[in-house]
Amino acid sequence: MAEVGFWGGYAWPALLIALKVLAIVLPLLLIVAYVTLAERKVMAAMQLRVGPNVVGPLGVWQSFADALKMVFKETILPTGANRVVFLAAPALMFTLAMIGWAVIPFDDGLVLSDINVGVLYLFAISSLGVYGIIMAGWASNSRYAFLGALRSAAQMVSYEVSAGFVIITVLLAVGSLNLSDIVEAQRDLWLVIPLFPMFVIFFVSALAETNRHPFDLPEAESELVAGYQVEYSALTFGLFFIGEYANMCLMSALTTILFLGGWLAPFDVAPFTWIPGIVWFALKIALCLFVFVWVRATLPRYRYDQLMRLGWKVFLPISLFWVALTAVVLVVFDWLPQT
Amino acid sequence: MNALLAEYLPIVIFLIIAAGMAIAVLAGSYLVAPQRPDAAKLSAYECGFDAFEDARRQFDVRFYLVAILFIIFDLEVAFLFPWAISLSKIGVFGLISMLVFLGVLTVGFIYEWKKGALEWE
Repeated sequence: MAEVGFWGGYAWPALLIALKVLAIVLPLLLIVAYVTLAERKVMAAMQLRVGPNVVGPLGVWQSFADALKMVFKETILPTGANRVVFLAAPALMFTLAMIGWAVIPFDDGLVLSDINVGVLYLFAISSLGVYGIIMAGWASNSRYAFLGALRSAAQMVSYEVSAGFVIITVLLAVGSLNLSDIVEAQRDLWLVIPLFPMFVIFFVSALAETNRHPFDLPEAESELVAGYQVEYSALTFGLFFIGEYANMCLMSALTTILFLGGWLAPFDVAPFTWIPGIVWFALKIALCLFVFVWVRATLPRYRYDQLMRLGWKVFLPISLFWVALTAVVLVVFDWLPQT
Repeated sequence: MNALLAEYLPIVIFLIIAAGMAIAVLAGSYLVAPQRPDAAKLSAYECGFDAFEDARRQFDVRFYLVAILFIIFDLEVAFLFPWAISLSKIGVFGLISMLVFLGVLTVGFIYEWKKGALEWE
């Protein structure tokens, strides 16, 4: 390492990486802003309302007006709260929602860090999300926040188990932990077709893990006010909000990569392959996000016992059985990918 | 740079930038917005009632149970990751070993189910 100097060997590459990181984070924040707007617009359309339409033409600046309003709100630190943990929780949520994107392949070769344990990394990052919520609920020192955090943590870990088994079935069929390899393996057949029941379980688990409708019990407005977020204001709340939506996008991206063929065109023929892969990737994510909103506008909230029953007594046995079934079928018919 | 560093340095830099943004945003908002705290504003929100002394008290033991069950099954998933990748190399022997392991865990799972550890009334 003596030949390359500090600048040539480390500083310039690091600066280049930092620029690449910004090229992911800034568009992501912009997309999050428009996902919140799109959610309000789509829900409004489903409920025969107009939705935000005052700030800018068709309300396109609404999210920025909201963000600006949030910046100029007072940051409240409750007297009973443990201040360091109270402030660390939203920062952690935001950070975790961002760094998952480091391994997402947007197109063939268009990925910041093409590590060979990409799936494991994403699984670990999404598990860590529980810490942000537990920290927020405990540090707030408020009844609602505490109960909301407990519920949320129990719900997230319950559905993470079945999501884990679903990921195992995909790995069995693909034979690699690298996200780009997983997409490439779907060139002939998207995994949503052979593993359709697993796709459904994964998507529902994604709804539960991001605390979205119909599993938004941690926030259940009518009973817990806002759950673990109740004591947060200004941008401490804003970071939770951005984190939640960025997590939604991340789970949609993961669904797309594992089941919907990532950046691949739906048909490997001329008019479809002219469109660049990143556009297909974005379209598939948008489709998943639309389903997130559609579910929210359609379904009533689950009761907590129903939620736990679905996670432990329905999804866990089914996904466990499917792991065994997939493995047996792949071995018996000798369809295993050769690694 | 060696291969490991080349692969993981972007993640470290990403982590630093994301954490830096979070801190900068929190600090920026705190400095820009007017802060006028008072006792009522800073007390824990309990629908207008005076807040109780401490919210951290006893809670339902079933949350512990869920956490313990989660550890067992999440470890199982962690065991399955390397197995799923190398199944083509370890073949029928690997498959049967893992099926036995899953079978043992399933027995435990059925026991929990029958004991009512998964019941939330």
